[in-house]
Amino acid sequence: MSGTVLWATVLGGALGCYLLKLAGLSVPAAWVEQPWVARVVDFVPAALLAALVAVQVATSGREIVVDGRLVGLAVAAVALALRAPFIVVLLLAGAAGALVHVLAG
Amino acid sequence: MSSPERSATLRDAIGLGVAVGLYGAAFGAAADAAGLNLWQAMSMSALMFTGASQFALVGVLGAGGSALAAAGSALLLGTRNTVYGVRLVPLLRPEGIRRFGLAHWVIDETTAMALAAPNRALGRLAFLATGASIYVMWNAMTVVGALGAAALGGTARAALDAIVPAAFLALLWPRLRSTFPEAATQRRVAVGGAVIALVLTPFVPPGVQVIAAVVAVALAGPPRATERPTAAEEMA
Repeated sequence: MSGTVLWATVLGGALGCYLLKLAGLSVPAAWVEQPWVARVVDFVPAALLAALVAVQVATSGREIVVDGRLVGLAVAAVALALRAPFIVVLLLAGAAGALVHVLAG
Repeated sequence: MSSPERSATLRDAIGLGVAVGLYGAAFGAAADAAGLNLWQAMSMSALMFTGASQFALVGVLGAGGSALAAAGSALLLGTRNTVYGVRLVPLLRPEGIRRFGLAHWVIDETTAMALAAPNRALGRLAFLATGASIYVMWNAMTVVGALGAAALGGTARAALDAIVPAAFLALLWPRLRSTFPEAATQRRVAVGGAVIALVLTPFVPPGVQVIAAVVAVALAGPPRATERPTAAEEMA
């Protein structure tokens, strides 16, 4: 992706997100408080974040790839279940990924 | 409003800023891993300033997704802030030109702090103090994360590759806890999104599977709380 397209994505996305915030302070409440808006707001994040986790951890281009990332994610899940702080979760996941990288040589 | 209440609000705002700053560093690192340069990562945090959307945009780009898929994911997550804004109007009473400034700080944390305050004056203070604290820390730590990630070698890169999905999982995790509203549905939606994204990966351009997963889950429309059949009807 060229630098120009990347900048357009960054700035266009930022403008869109700002307008979404501004809309909340500007439009009548009844426009926003629709059932379908509530459903999008309640459930889209879980679907989107889970899809991103799956794609980030197990794909490379169009291929399914299993490597140290999956080990890191498993370690992160255990740490989260044990209510570890965010920074600890990331450090453990990173350490696991690095360890697999070294062992796999 | 009494002075101890003001101090407590300011203390909470600063503490939250420091905690959120860690996510800012993770975002900076994820942006670098996705191929954004330092200025682009900084622009994201200064101008978009809504964490989940920023992570989604670089997540899709990092997976090789198109500009439209990346920006589309960010906007889908950004719809949360529209609803927050509606809830904040009675508290902030935004008028004239101030509305354009206040809008930029309408995010998860400022909304939660403002709405939890016991009265309107403290709510306004909580919104402004939390917004300022998080804005400063989020932007500063984005720079730290982006520069730190850019300086990494091979093994540290492998560590970063494992950190990025872990950061997404940490963002998702609170929604899967049993205390979250409709936690069972949240879990089904999450599993559905992940499975659909993986199944589609070999067949569609990178990044499209993420959007497709979200659309599929939305169309499947599990959440019909008012029409949910009773146990007796389900058994019949």
